[in-house]
Order: sequence, then C-alpha cells, then structure tokens
Amino acid sequence: MVRLSLEELYKEVILDHYRTPRNKGRLDPHDVMLERNNPLCGDELELYLRFKGDDIEGITFDGKGCSISLASASMMTERVEGLGVKDATALAESIKRMMAGEEEGDPDLIGDLVSLKGVVKYPVRIKCALLGWNTLLEALEEGSGRKPE
Amino acid sequence: MPLDAEVVRKDFPILETQARGKRLVYLDSASTSQKPRQVIERIVAFYENENANVHRGVYELGERATAAYEGARSACGRFIGAGSHRSIVFTRGTTEAINLVRFAWARSRVHEGDEVLVTEMEHHSNLIPWQLLAHETGATLRHLPIDDAGKLRMDLLEEFITDRTKLVCVSLMSNVLGTINPIRALADAAHSAGALILVDGAQAAPHMRVDVNELDADFFAYSSHKMCGPTGAGVLYAREHLLEEMDPFHGGGEMIREVWPDRATWNEIPYKFEAGTPAVAQAVGMGAAVGYLEGIGIDAVRAHEQQITAYALGRLADAGAIVYGPSDVAERGGTVSFNLGAVHPHDMATIVDQEGVCIRAGHHCAQPLMRRLGVPATARASFYIYNTNEDVDVLMEALDKAKGWFG
Repeated sequence: MVRLSLEELYKEVILDHYRTPRNKGRLDPHDVMLERNNPLCGDELELYLRFKGDDIEGITFDGKGCSISLASASMMTERVEGLGVKDATALAESIKRMMAGEEEGDPDLIGDLVSLKGVVKYPVRIKCALLGWNTLLEALEEGSGRKPE
Repeated sequence: MPLDAEVVRKDFPILETQARGKRLVYLDSASTSQKPRQVIERIVAFYENENANVHRGVYELGERATAAYEGARSACGRFIGAGSHRSIVFTRGTTEAINLVRFAWARSRVHEGDEVLVTEMEHHSNLIPWQLLAHETGATLRHLPIDDAGKLRMDLLEEFITDRTKLVCVSLMSNVLGTINPIRALADAAHSAGALILVDGAQAAPHMRVDVNELDADFFAYSSHKMCGPTGAGVLYAREHLLEEMDPFHGGGEMIREVWPDRATWNEIPYKFEAGTPAVAQAVGMGAAVGYLEGIGIDAVRAHEQQITAYALGRLADAGAIVYGPSDVAERGGTVSFNLGAVHPHDMATIVDQEGVCIRAGHHCAQPLMRRLGVPATARASFYIYNTNEDVDVLMEALDKAKGWFG
C-alpha cells in the first residue's frame, strides 16, 4: 500500500502558478516557437523564446493542460528568463535528472523549482511536469542554431 | 433475474484488495475489466490438466487442449449469435481483428477512388488501420459526423454512403460517449450501396446482447479482456463466404494445408487465419468469461448498468459536471465521460485515486473526437457488473475533494 499526501504534489507554489500563470500568452516578436504535446494525455504547450545574443531575453508559454504541466511551465519561464542558453540547458537537464530520481536537485540552482520534486512519487505525472522542460531543451537547441544578429 | 452486484463482487478477488489504503472502487472497465475467480481458475485448470498444443498432438492431452480451445470458439460464436464456429477467428484482440480485415480483405479490394467510411467517434483502433489503408491504396477516408448530443448524424447517411463506399467501419458502442449506434440502419445503407460493414464491438459485447445476424454485420470484432476474460484474446467474426474469399493474414504453421518450397495452399476457415500456436489458455479463458456472463445473463448485465448509469448521470448533473454523450440510458452504455469545472481531468484522476477510485483521464484513444467535443481531455468513469451505487457515491465524494483543491 502506498499512501501519498496530495500536499506533496499540489504544493502551494504549484497551485499558485496554476491559478495565476506567469508569462502566459504569445510572445512577439519571437525567435523560436515550438508546439509540443503529451500524446497520452492531451496536454498541449506552445513555447515562445526571444534571444539577445546568447541570453534568453523573453520567454512565454501558452497551452492547455493539467495543473502540474502548466505550473511547471510557468515556473520554468520565470526561472530561465535572462539566463544564457548554456545555463538554461544545464538547469533543464538538472530538472530532468531530478524528476528521474537520479539526483536530489541543487537548491542553489533550482530554487523554487524544488517544489516540483513531489511529482516524482507520481510516476504517471512526471511527463506532465517535464513537458515544458523538454520543449525548452528543443527550443534552446533550435535557438542556438540561429544566425547571430 | 436481476443482477445482485454484492453477490457478483464476491467473484472478483481483486475487489477485496485495497487501493491507497481504501476500498478499491474500480471505474475503468471500459479500459479493461476485472476477472472473476471462475475465469482465473479455468485458466489455471487448463495449464494444470489440459495444456498441449492444439490441432497437432495425436495423444490424448492434445485432444483435450484442442477440445478446450474449440469449445471456447463455439462459446465465443454463440455469445454474438454466430451460426457456425467456422466464422469465428481467434485474434489477440479487437485491434488485431480489425487489422486482419484491413490486410486480408480490404487491401486487395479497396482501390483509388473508393471510399471507406468511419465515424467521428471511433477509437483509434478503428481509425488508424483505415488511415493506413487509405494511404497505401489511394482510397478516400470519410468520417460520418456526430451531433452535439454525441449521436451519429444518420440524416447525412445518403451523402456519406455512396456507390464509391466499399466499407463502413463503426463501433457499436462508443468508448468515450457511451453512445449505442444504430448498426442495423448503417448496415442496410452499406449493403444497399454494395459496401460491407465492420462493427467494432469491443465496448458493446461485454455489456449488451449482440446478435451479428440482427445487426447484419459482415465483420464483428470484440475482445476478451473487457468482458471478464484474460488479455491477449479476441475474436473476429466474419461471414463464412468472406473468410473463404479472403487472403491469408499471417503466414506460418497451422494456417496451411500443403506446402512446397515456393508455394502453399491454405487451411480451411477459420484456421487459415490462425498462423502459429494461438493463445490457447487465453482463448479458453475467454470462453470461460462467456460462460460466466451467460450465467449472470447479459440482459441482467445491461439492466444493472442502465440503473447505475442513470444514478451516476443524475449525481454528476447535480455536481455541475458536463457529461458528453446521450443522457437517455436507453441510448447509451455505462461509460460516462465528463468534465468538472476548472479541475483538469488529470488532476481529478490523481485526487480521486487517493480515495481508492480508479477513473481514466485523457483522450481515451479518440483524439479526433476530443477535437470535435472541443476539449483536450475528459475524465471517464465506466461501470460494470461489480459496481454499485455506493461506488458512485465514493466517486462523487472524491470529486468534491478535487473541487476543493482547484475550485
């Protein structure tokens, strides 16, 4: 028997980002727009990025999905705005490892995002939490291939 | 005799287990049903007393295995009103049965310019095979629309079934909306146009009386695991003359008569379509599931589910849920898809899971239908013989908690 506490999954910060998402909507102008979904559950996400040099100058998201996928995406945009491509990539990789249970997550690096860790105990929901981050990694790769200004 | 769910529940060992420390409330039978002791014990008995390959051994054990396997075939035919065991092909399930028709019948008979008609409410398993067929043959795939109540637009039939139509593929009961479709009217229209009709019976066969002759179905597919039987078994019914004319499906042992280095002739039907050692124990288990449901009485199954569905629809309406599909239980089965306020179906499923309640959340393998309904996902509760109004009450209390988190 596995008793889980919903409070671990639905932490206040997650509910807050779900109810009041940050950086939601289209970003214009943008350098990269990617649309990705979770085929199993129907979560849909659009991610917009604008770069200034090697830094993420602007990032927004839009889409439909459960609280975990939308809150994760919202928190992600807040956290990576202003970061360099390299740092953002490292952060996304770290979050993925944390969600895979491979690492605890460096508090200095991930900050508030540590609240996503509760999802690890809900294996079917991990893909919800990672939709935004996986899309970000793809977008960063696409963005890093663009022509310098 | 009416079904007493409390008595039926005692046949299902899994219902004595707990989920998240609570009484297990299993409301996902449209996905797969639970298994009664009678079926589980039949499978064990087969392995303990009858196991051998079928149609091969000259020894007594082989005869026993073959008798069990063929007995199951007869039961599965009888269950859907098929006249002869020759029209019953064992498959891995409904999906394989539909793909069998695609490969062995449709591929050499559907050509560029022809049309295959599906409906807007089909499960991917009765859509993707026909998309693939259309791509490889150049045929056109058309989709009969549904109305806002989740019923097929039968008024458009003349427009959608024409002399170009070669095959009509439709489910008897929707796995999302619960809608029971007017198969006979569709079959009549198809036959008048010179087309055949394939009926996906995966959702219907476990829950309501099916007679392939009354439906006038050319092909009818259904699965064991949704009707108290094991996974890995299913049936394709087809008219005998069609099976006679059809190409083989898989090549291998059992399906042949005579083999030369460069050619072969085919076994008689239905064995022509059963290459390799079949899932014997699973088929025997499926036959036992038929026997189990016949013992309860399929009409009693249907009546019980109508009662519980009516109760659930009432409770969901009171809670302010949006329910997709017909509201009249005479027109629908016990599969109820819904959304509840701002609570996303995934969050709903996670929260009710904490109360021991198993519901499905997502697109239910019917993405085009989700788009038609204008929602990314729904929650789905589906009822069977072992569910009670109390299960519905537990669900509703759990949904209340979900609303508490996200309301």
